[in-house]
Amino acid sequence: MSSGFDPEAVIDAMAPMLWLRIDPAHRPGVVQNLRAAEAAMRRMTAAPLEDMAEPAPVFQPEAQK
Amino acid sequence: MTGFAAQSAAKIAADVRAGTLSAVVVAQQALARIAAQNPRQNAFSDVTRTRALAQAAAVDQSVAAGRDPGPMAGVPFAVKNLFDVAGLTTRAGSRINRDNAPAAADATLIARLEAAGAVLCGSLNMGEYAYDFTGENAHDGASVNPHDLGRMSGGSSGGSGTAVAAGMVPLALGSDTNGSIRVPASFCGIFGLKPTYGRLSRHGTFPFVASLDHLGPLARSVTDLALSYDVMQGPDADDPAQTPRAYEPTLPGLDGGIADLRIARLDGYFRHGAGPEALAALDHIAQALGAAEEIDLPLVAEVRSAAFLITMAESAALHLGRLRSRAAEFDPDVRDRLLAGAMLPAPWIVTAQKQRRAFASRMAEVFAQTDILLAPATPCSAPALGEKWLDLAGEQVPLRPNIGIFTQPISAIGLPVVSVPVWLAGTTLPIGVQVIAPPWREDLCLRVARYLEKAGAVAAPVAKGEY
Repeated sequence: MSSGFDPEAVIDAMAPMLWLRIDPAHRPGVVQNLRAAEAAMRRMTAAPLEDMAEPAPVFQPEAQK
Repeated sequence: MTGFAAQSAAKIAADVRAGTLSAVVVAQQALARIAAQNPRQNAFSDVTRTRALAQAAAVDQSVAAGRDPGPMAGVPFAVKNLFDVAGLTTRAGSRINRDNAPAAADATLIARLEAAGAVLCGSLNMGEYAYDFTGENAHDGASVNPHDLGRMSGGSSGGSGTAVAAGMVPLALGSDTNGSIRVPASFCGIFGLKPTYGRLSRHGTFPFVASLDHLGPLARSVTDLALSYDVMQGPDADDPAQTPRAYEPTLPGLDGGIADLRIARLDGYFRHGAGPEALAALDHIAQALGAAEEIDLPLVAEVRSAAFLITMAESAALHLGRLRSRAAEFDPDVRDRLLAGAMLPAPWIVTAQKQRRAFASRMAEVFAQTDILLAPATPCSAPALGEKWLDLAGEQVPLRPNIGIFTQPISAIGLPVVSVPVWLAGTTLPIGVQVIAPPWREDLCLRVARYLEKAGAVAAPVAKGEY
């Protein structure tokens, strides 16, 4: 499946939303890490999850202190 | 080598408790060894000399007065510098945090060790904000491998590995999010315990990834792991991630042997990518334990990737303010991963948390048939300092994130692990093997590690050198 993933476009879209200014000198490293993350996402989803799968974290209400 | 350097925590405590050894003398020996070795090995970032001598004097006074000085009386220890130490600024390996005020109180685990009579000697070098497997710190330099000063200690609890392997202290505390206790234990040839997720209080430590952070001990003997782990157990209302558990001491059953345990080695993912020394070490341990069965687990690559993405996203959220205002002051390798982590789509992270649960459920089925699983701790023994690339099954991959390929899937679901040190015939560097147990069964992995230690299959000698 081709996603058209473009890390440069992700940075341009997300940085303002995060109130981040990406120094041009830092940009290649961010691009490289976004590519690594996208590859990890592909590996992670190689085995499909059940539609109703539960996430690991479970909230526990705190008892009265 | 001085007599102190090779001494175990248990022996020191026994002698101090018996009144045949002074805790102050032990503290002075530890401080002298740190002073002699640290300039070359760079394990300690702060030495708490005055505090150590005062605590040791208090221990001696307890003994002299006939009071119980505690089960760890006079044992020198040190902590990764993400632990709060009252009066010291908690660096967490960073430059940025040095602007923070000194900690007002000790981390819970330090308080528990000192209440048991142990003597804090200082804080230890670490990879910046724990986002590291090498032990190299961009600001303070690398904590080096005592068995070969040109090689990595492993990280991110690098100083913890260095200090213990060099005989500066018999015990150190570290943290392990994806492998940061087990990797330096492997590279430095010592024992490391990563307890079950939620077992030990994390209160008073600088976090990395809330979903995955664990704390635990590193030592040169299994008994010292068990002794310190038992002392550190117990509920702490200040850590919301801690799971309420009864006190479950491991020391009484430590010498129980392995006759009742079903032990298997992990195959598949854990064979692919392992270097020859990692596979030989695993063979060695499997043979020593009579573990013939091999298990090829499902979902390992998926859960490792899930942990990778959760780590990126949660750590980015933790540091977002600092990324906005002080990006240039980070270690560049850490900064760029954090910046990218801030931009990951939320559905990826929710999916990652679902993969963790799916893998944990499958592992619960595996543990219905098996008590202990064996896997390499690292794909190779300690690389040379500055190395950037790793040969993984014939493919050159970036070293830093891939040292943890075998530890990351295990901590992703919080299983307890002891990394045991193997010295293969004809080699000069150690390498670790993970002894993995079901959740809350630290007693089992410690018992197996102790069996291996008594059988002579694993050992953690103090590093030789011109000391």
